[in-house]
Amino acid sequence: MMEEVKETASVLSVHDDSIKVTEVLKDGDTLTFIIVSQKLSGTGEYHVDRTYEDFEWLQQHLFSQGDVPGIQGVIFPPLPAKPQVNASPRSIKQLGFLALGECQPYCKALETFLQQVAAHSILSKNKAVEVFLTSSDPPGRQKVKKNIFNRLSQAVEEMRKEGHKDVDEFFQNERDHNLVLTGCTKTAAEKFLDVVATEQKIAVACGHFSTALHLCVEPGEDPDKQAFSRVCVKLSEVFESIKKNMTSVAENNVNTLGLGLDLESRYQEAEREMLFRRTCKLVELENAQRNVEKAKPVKKAAMEEVKKAAETEFEHTSGVAKQEVKSTINNCIPHFHVSFHSGLVC
Amino acid sequence: MTHTAGTFLFSLFFLCLASSVEYVESSQPASLAAEDISTNSNGPKQDSLFDDDPEDLFAEATEEVSLDSPERDVLLSDGPSPAITPITPPTSVITPLAKYTKCIFFPVIEEEEGGDSFDIHISVSDPEKVGEYMTSISLFKRNEFAVKRRFSDFLGLHSKLASKYLHIGYIVPPAPEKSIVGMTKVKVGKEDQSSNEFVEKRRSALERYLMRTVKHPILLKDPDVLQFLESSELPRAVSTQALSSAGLLRMVNKAADAVNKMTIKMNESDAWFEEKQQHFENLDVQLRKLHTSVESLVCHRKELSVNTAQFAKSAAMLGNSEDHTALSRALSQLAEVEEKIDQLHQDQANADFYLFSELLGDYVRLLTAVKGVFDHRMKTWQKWQDSQMLLQKKREAEAKLQFTNKPDKLQQAKDEIKELEGKVQQGERDFEQISKTIRKEVSRFEKERVKDFKTIIIKYLESLVQTQQQLIKYWEAFLPEAKAIS
Repeated sequence: MMEEVKETASVLSVHDDSIKVTEVLKDGDTLTFIIVSQKLSGTGEYHVDRTYEDFEWLQQHLFSQGDVPGIQGVIFPPLPAKPQVNASPRSIKQLGFLALGECQPYCKALETFLQQVAAHSILSKNKAVEVFLTSSDPPGRQKVKKNIFNRLSQAVEEMRKEGHKDVDEFFQNERDHNLVLTGCTKTAAEKFLDVVATEQKIAVACGHFSTALHLCVEPGEDPDKQAFSRVCVKLSEVFESIKKNMTSVAENNVNTLGLGLDLESRYQEAEREMLFRRTCKLVELENAQRNVEKAKPVKKAAMEEVKKAAETEFEHTSGVAKQEVKSTINNCIPHFHVSFHSGLVC
Repeated sequence: MTHTAGTFLFSLFFLCLASSVEYVESSQPASLAAEDISTNSNGPKQDSLFDDDPEDLFAEATEEVSLDSPERDVLLSDGPSPAITPITPPTSVITPLAKYTKCIFFPVIEEEEGGDSFDIHISVSDPEKVGEYMTSISLFKRNEFAVKRRFSDFLGLHSKLASKYLHIGYIVPPAPEKSIVGMTKVKVGKEDQSSNEFVEKRRSALERYLMRTVKHPILLKDPDVLQFLESSELPRAVSTQALSSAGLLRMVNKAADAVNKMTIKMNESDAWFEEKQQHFENLDVQLRKLHTSVESLVCHRKELSVNTAQFAKSAAMLGNSEDHTALSRALSQLAEVEEKIDQLHQDQANADFYLFSELLGDYVRLLTAVKGVFDHRMKTWQKWQDSQMLLQKKREAEAKLQFTNKPDKLQQAKDEIKELEGKVQQGERDFEQISKTIRKEVSRFEKERVKDFKTIIIKYLESLVQTQQQLIKYWEAFLPEAKAIS
């Protein structure tokens, strides 16, 4: 049992792009992921095994860095939804592409999450990341107190604040653009999922047809019968190979473009959340400003303090946010590049 | 003149290639040739020995304008390169040809543009279809007939043939089925995809039906068939309502037959028949299974095409909203490629369907005809046995009468016995005949079956290969775009 993780900055001791989720072990209902990462200094690897709860622990720690300036401006790399061994239809829909295939897409998604966290200039400094990746003991499961993300309240306020006009043109554009893009990517991902699902169905149907053809084979010396049987066998083989082809096409699609679209869509969601947080800060700031103006002289000083605090926070957030947005553009391109490239083997 | 019942008027054109033809005046009855009529080759034979009598050959019975259509099935696979020739203007001579060795028949339906210039009109809401044919074998004399036929005419032809030939053992190809849903849709005038599909489905079904019928050497000579193929006006077939009630009647008869089968215990002297019956039972089961598999495959492929189209649209939208130019372009390109692929999938689905699924369906229906023929044999046997038993009884009665003094009753009994003896002999002959016919028919059927399947499978595989090649081409064209993203 680990003690309380110290919230001090630290340097990550592994290469961020060397992090790999190599395996998944199934033990009844629990899934354990094996994570391998290369040491920065010298040779050697860290092998750790983590469950999904450990990932959540890590995420919680990242969220709760209240004292890091501008943390709210960070686009937090998205963690995929919880996997289930015997998944219900609803959770399958939620997981989308990650539910298809054996476990490969899901492992890749987790891997991307860890890599993005480790590569992030602010996030990688959190000790929890180091602990997660290197400690052989499972990290603690205790609930972390401060959590800047209260999803429920967000949902309620979202309606009011989402449309709040921005003071900065850069950010207003970004918000609008993000809204459109999120919708489009989500739709594209869903449609592509349909395509892949249909491809799998075709593969299955081909398999059935192939088996049915095999049943048509009859023994006998009658030349007609033999001719017919031969034809059936040949055709059965053809359909068998069609089935294999279709299966591999579908698999390929999932692992490349499907995964890419899924990651992209979740990343844009994360960006949206970040922008929303910033908007909330903006609203706070504007409220504080109004309060200062309206305040009676007695309270004025206090209000000024509040306003100043809000201002600083907002500026920090915006600063970080701007950086994040700019670097996002460089983030998503490699995804698609890889996806398209490898997706063309169908 | 309008027809009250709404159906399609199908125009039939056919091209008769004769390698050895005897032209007989229409007054003489058709004569059976002793030589074996080859049904194996579809293409024209090089050594033609027909008479040079061009006047008698060319005849057609239509006034339509023929239109060109790209989607024609050229059924001549090994003839010389076909050239497209429009139909010649009408000449009024119609000379039925009494005997054909090969008859290639193209019933074709197509959207016509002439509109109301024809007398024969069904009803305003029904599209009138104009037939058109398109092929010519320049080396051979052509006999072209174009007639208009309604769907009920086809059904009528089938019922006539069935009543004439089924009970003596010939396998009569079954006609395509009526479809109330499909026809209603078309009557209502819906111009959508499904009604077009229905028309196409029906057209190709009729085409195949006629091809099978004329491939049969005996049926080809039947005067009803000839009349169907040639005369411009066909007496209205029994009203279609009656035909569908005939269907009901058939079902009732089938049930009665099933009961009879259980009671008829035939002493099968010939193991061949038993084996064949078993074989056909198995085949029936297998083909039905295959048919279901193919249907599900077709359905999924259509779904794939739809989904691909939707994905293409969403990818295009995504491409539009993306800032990064290279990525945006790549996405738009992807959308285009996917659209093309969607069309490919659609075509493939059609190929799956028309080649395979319909073939299997046809054979499933053919097998019922085959089974019917076997049943008729059993019935013939039963009749023979019955008359034998009756004869036996009468003989016993006669023997008894010998001892009584009733000369006229005796005479009557003797007469009856003579009659019955005749009947028994006839029954035996019938039975022999039907057995022989069935043997021949079955072997012809099997040969046809193998040939049919082989041809279709080859066509299908070719289409598969083509689709794959096209797919590869599309993706290869897209690859440089994808590489250019970064």
